[in-house]
Amino acid sequence: MNGYGALHTISVLVEDRPGVLTRVAGLFAARGFNIDSLAVGPTETEGLSRMTIVVNVDVKPLEQVTKQLNKLVNVIKILEHEQGSAVERELMLAKIRAQGDARARIMEICEVFRVNIVDVTATTLTVEATGKPEKLEALRELLSEYGVVELARTGRIALARGERGIKERALKSTG
Amino acid sequence: MAKMSGADAVLKALEHEGVDVIFGIPGGASMPIYDPLVDRSPIRHILCRHEQGAGHAAEGYAWATGKVGVCMATSGPGATNLVTPIADAKMDSVPIVAITGQVPTPVVGNDAFQEADITGITMPITKHNFLVKDPADIAETVREAFHIASTGRPGPVLIDLPKDVLINQVDYKYPEHIKLPGYKPNTKGNQRQVTEAVKLMMKARKPVLYVGGGVIKAEAHKELFQLATDGNLPVVTTLMARGAFPDSHELCLGMPGMHGNYTAVTAMQQSDLLVALGSRFDDRVTGKLAGFAPHAKIVHVDIDPAEIGKNRAVDVPIVGDCRDVIGKMHAELTKRQEEAGGAPDRTPWLHQLKAWQEEFPYKYDQQPDGALKPQYCVERLRDHADEDTIVVSGVGQHQMYASQFWHFEHPRKWINSGGLGTMGFAVPAAMGAKVGQPDTRVVAIDGDGCFQMTAQELATSNTEKIPFVTAILNNGYLGMVRQWQELFFDERYSGVWLDPNVPDYVKLAEAYGAVGLRVESPDEVDATIEKAYSITDRSVVIDFRVDPTEMVFPMVPSGASNDDIIVGPEAIQPTNDPAEAPIV
Repeated sequence: MNGYGALHTISVLVEDRPGVLTRVAGLFAARGFNIDSLAVGPTETEGLSRMTIVVNVDVKPLEQVTKQLNKLVNVIKILEHEQGSAVERELMLAKIRAQGDARARIMEICEVFRVNIVDVTATTLTVEATGKPEKLEALRELLSEYGVVELARTGRIALARGERGIKERALKSTG
Repeated sequence: MAKMSGADAVLKALEHEGVDVIFGIPGGASMPIYDPLVDRSPIRHILCRHEQGAGHAAEGYAWATGKVGVCMATSGPGATNLVTPIADAKMDSVPIVAITGQVPTPVVGNDAFQEADITGITMPITKHNFLVKDPADIAETVREAFHIASTGRPGPVLIDLPKDVLINQVDYKYPEHIKLPGYKPNTKGNQRQVTEAVKLMMKARKPVLYVGGGVIKAEAHKELFQLATDGNLPVVTTLMARGAFPDSHELCLGMPGMHGNYTAVTAMQQSDLLVALGSRFDDRVTGKLAGFAPHAKIVHVDIDPAEIGKNRAVDVPIVGDCRDVIGKMHAELTKRQEEAGGAPDRTPWLHQLKAWQEEFPYKYDQQPDGALKPQYCVERLRDHADEDTIVVSGVGQHQMYASQFWHFEHPRKWINSGGLGTMGFAVPAAMGAKVGQPDTRVVAIDGDGCFQMTAQELATSNTEKIPFVTAILNNGYLGMVRQWQELFFDERYSGVWLDPNVPDYVKLAEAYGAVGLRVESPDEVDATIEKAYSITDRSVVIDFRVDPTEMVFPMVPSGASNDDIIVGPEAIQPTNDPAEAPIV
């Protein structure tokens, strides 16, 4: 995992058009930025999608990449979430080896973390966990000592705290 | 509403956008568009000999007219041949629309014959692109494409049209509105920021207006002239902005940058205020960024917010169209100068600039019986031409000589490939410029290396009756690379010798239906140019056999600070230290 110091979460409201994901992802690659995670899905408005991108970059180049993103014709709005200013969540599914004593201990951990077991076999348990990225990271570390068969994460999604939605914030301008 | 084929709809929509000419080459996928061109569309199609030529011709047309240039190619290789001119247009903010045929939608993604994912390929080099999947979307797409290409920071837009979309019938209706919720260029400069900028200008003792291509794109040269002359502000015009301010004016310092003149470069270095107008602090201008204009406060005006602060930290950022912002600056400056009883006293600065100009002009040594110097050829081409002449160049030494020695008095008279540095730009771009300005003389100043990359468009020019003059400064080398090898690679020449006799440029010109002329010594120059300029019914190629050892000066070596400008060959200190070796 990358150091959290340089991780920034940005929400990008885009027109739901073919190729828009490629445009956004391609721009990051072309400008030499690493995407830590990217989640995309529909929004409250038909025809608009929302991407949540976690990028590992310093503040100065982040400003440049945000400006470049703004120039994409299909990008409607960009919001950078400052530390603590947004509710950030992520979903993780993890299939853990669980035989003998380990089974009970894993179930105990799941209870403490208030996460669900969604699939059970003779030798494994599949855990579904939702929460802040830090919580998932802590859980993953605890579970890893039992042996992780496979693991999938959605990447984080975020909504700014407070009453206003992304569309009500100042309109973007492009060149 | 009228029922028509998708292809007819494309041409109808282009007509609505005011398109009068398309540069292109047909092929399987784009053939439906060519049928209406026979008798159902007033648009002129100019059949080029290579799609790259069609693309550069569209660029030349756009540079010369300010209108959107249009080029067209078929799917696959036709489309991929457009990649270079599209990238060129992106780097130099040239408004063009590229139309490409595509394999029919049912086989898209099937590796069909002549299939290439051209929207995928051109995503990073277009301002925007479209793949049209429904003929009902054609009119709207064309309208949006022209709007995007021509507004804000201009640039290339590509429209990919599958063959079935071109064949199927559609009810054509010109869209009333543009639906681009994510595209709203900010053209109006913020008055408060303008006031802050003018305050700095009123305090500056050593100001320079650093003028870039944005001033020409915004048609802001009149506003610039007023600002500079009423404010008594010296002006440098970058390679992209030659002609934005008249070279003959005493406030004009000419071109800055890697091969700019000493005064322009040093004025920027020593300035206390740089007002960047539609320029982007490109590495060819700044040299080593950390050492660039170290004492200057920066005002940066650009229509593209992403340019502001990208390379150099800015004291007063202003997002907006140059014409709007410079107009506001002029009004505010005039007001404040009246209140203050005139412009600040900058006599010492203006005297200093004058002294530098006298001490360090561009120079070369043409002996009457010596080797022919390329700079001399440019000067004579200039002096035999009127100031209305459009000059087009390729990329390399000849480009720098042309920019240095021509005197540009008006905008849109200088056309070249700046940002991408595309060799082979000149011949097709000159052809496009001539189509856009048929009553103006067009002179391409080219190198022998560049010329060979796109010379085939001479066939187009003579078949289509688009006459222009190409002056090849033939030194038998890829001259700029040769110059670097001489200066920075210990005179170890590698991969640069072209042979001045192969091809025989006079015979080649004649083979293409042009007039071929050759100049081997200085005393032949004037008569040959006069002859070339007197021919107006077909293109002319002049093969100037110039001194292969001549080099472009001044020069700021790549990676060096502008303070280390080398004014002539006598000041060169070759280095073998890899840490000091040029990067690009």
